[in-house]
Amino acid sequence: MPPDTQSSMPVSAPPAPALPKSGRRPRFVDPAAVLVLVRRGFNEILRVPGASIPGAIAPIIFLVGLTMVFGQATDIPGYGTDSFLAFVLPVALLQSAGFTGGATGVNLGRDIEQGWLDRLLLSPTSRSTILAGLVLSAAARVLIPVPPLLVMAIVLGAPMPSLVGVLIILAVVPIFSAIAATWASVLALKFRSQQASPLIQASILSSILFSTSYAPLELLEPWMRTIAELNPVTYVIEGLRQCFVGEISWTVTWQAFAALGGLGAVFVTLALLGLRRFER
Amino acid sequence: MITPSVALALRALRLTLRRPQFLIPLFLMPSIFLAVNTGGLSATTRLPGFPETTGFLAFQLAAAMVQSLMLSGLQAGIAVSLEIESGFFDRIVTAPVPRLAIVAGRLMAAAVLGAGQVLFFLIVGVIFGADLAGGVVGALVVVVLGALAGVAFAAIGLAIAFRARQASIVQGLFPFVFAVLYLSSAFFPQELLGPPADTISAFNPLSYIAEGLRAPIAYGMDALPILEGLAMTVAVIVVASLLAVAGLRWRLADAA
Repeated sequence: MPPDTQSSMPVSAPPAPALPKSGRRPRFVDPAAVLVLVRRGFNEILRVPGASIPGAIAPIIFLVGLTMVFGQATDIPGYGTDSFLAFVLPVALLQSAGFTGGATGVNLGRDIEQGWLDRLLLSPTSRSTILAGLVLSAAARVLIPVPPLLVMAIVLGAPMPSLVGVLIILAVVPIFSAIAATWASVLALKFRSQQASPLIQASILSSILFSTSYAPLELLEPWMRTIAELNPVTYVIEGLRQCFVGEISWTVTWQAFAALGGLGAVFVTLALLGLRRFER
Repeated sequence: MITPSVALALRALRLTLRRPQFLIPLFLMPSIFLAVNTGGLSATTRLPGFPETTGFLAFQLAAAMVQSLMLSGLQAGIAVSLEIESGFFDRIVTAPVPRLAIVAGRLMAAAVLGAGQVLFFLIVGVIFGADLAGGVVGALVVVVLGALAGVAFAAIGLAIAFRARQASIVQGLFPFVFAVLYLSSAFFPQELLGPPADTISAFNPLSYIAEGLRAPIAYGMDALPILEGLAMTVAVIVVASLLAVAGLRWRLADAA
């Protein structure tokens, strides 16, 4: 992705109160503070509209483009559907979630460059509150581009998901966006700059694509099959895919949520460690 | 004219090579798509109507090349619009430098970068087992075509940058690079594309440029696609360069 030249706008913030007299940072998540950070995340859409483009437009272009180009692939036995659009729709949903989460990391890189995170860390707010605010804003923001993407796909011929399918989509996509935001925050805290943006977007995109994104496991090249089997995102994609291709199965569903849980646990730990290291 | 053009070309190359965040989209992103397409869709060579090639990796190399070259053209446009925003453009204009050297320098840099980009993907292809149907001569043809295609896409980037008032406008065209790619035969044979890409791709110059790059790699030294690719690349260079020069004049008149 090209560097986000719009993201250098100054961000005003009220002066942060100092830490309590004990000098210790609270440990628990403060819901009120999280809400304020989530609201700030939404303000980014108005303040830096260009940063929302990848999350909103790119998945639509990928979905329509891939279907036009590789649509005939479903003539090969093994896809389980004759609609390539339905097959790649989960990939577009995760791309939307991933790019939205990635934008959170890019914005954090800008906040670090401008000293905003330093001021936030001086406030009597736990690190987990700061992290929760960041990642939950990504989870909430992804609900903006997803409905138009789903409606457009259905208009173009994707099957309408069942109620359970809709619930799975509405759970999996925001959680994946939050996980992508956590990973993006890990990278932003490591590189402390917006210049980590290409690395953030490329790593998130790779995690989605090196999976069963374009073809079922049996049709992948052996090296790609090995990577896809080891990649937890494969299970997330299959969890979403069952909402459009085949029938919803409990096994596929819990595997998707287990993969999300594992990824979340690892990245949240890394992000909290990153925040602690940043403070030092 | 030549000396300042070369100086500006060297400056543009130095700046590009100095900033890895500019190089990542040119090399890493197309490499990711090359790997994913090859690993995920190799089975599509079994589809009836898929042309006989030396392999799906060889077939996809041209797609990675045009993708990289188009992103490079966009980067050239972003770089010029940033120079306009930062005031560097005004300083160049007030210096005793021929105006055309501003365009020529960028296009010379694009030619060198374009040759380097296609060479990179050729090497990647050979390392991962692609069989170059055209051999060494074919590889040389691809490098020459790649350099020219780099100039063509950079000229388009410049034409847009001179007219755009902000770098963010040029940057916002990033998704449309993929739209143009998907409406061509860069990724898949034209006969197997779905509507409306099957029709539009026949009129999309990118299809001919991609096929020109693909032929020496995947099919052999078949003269027709190579000459069609060359002719289309030269046509785009001429039209886009004229638009870029017109854009430069418009920018100068607007600033005066």
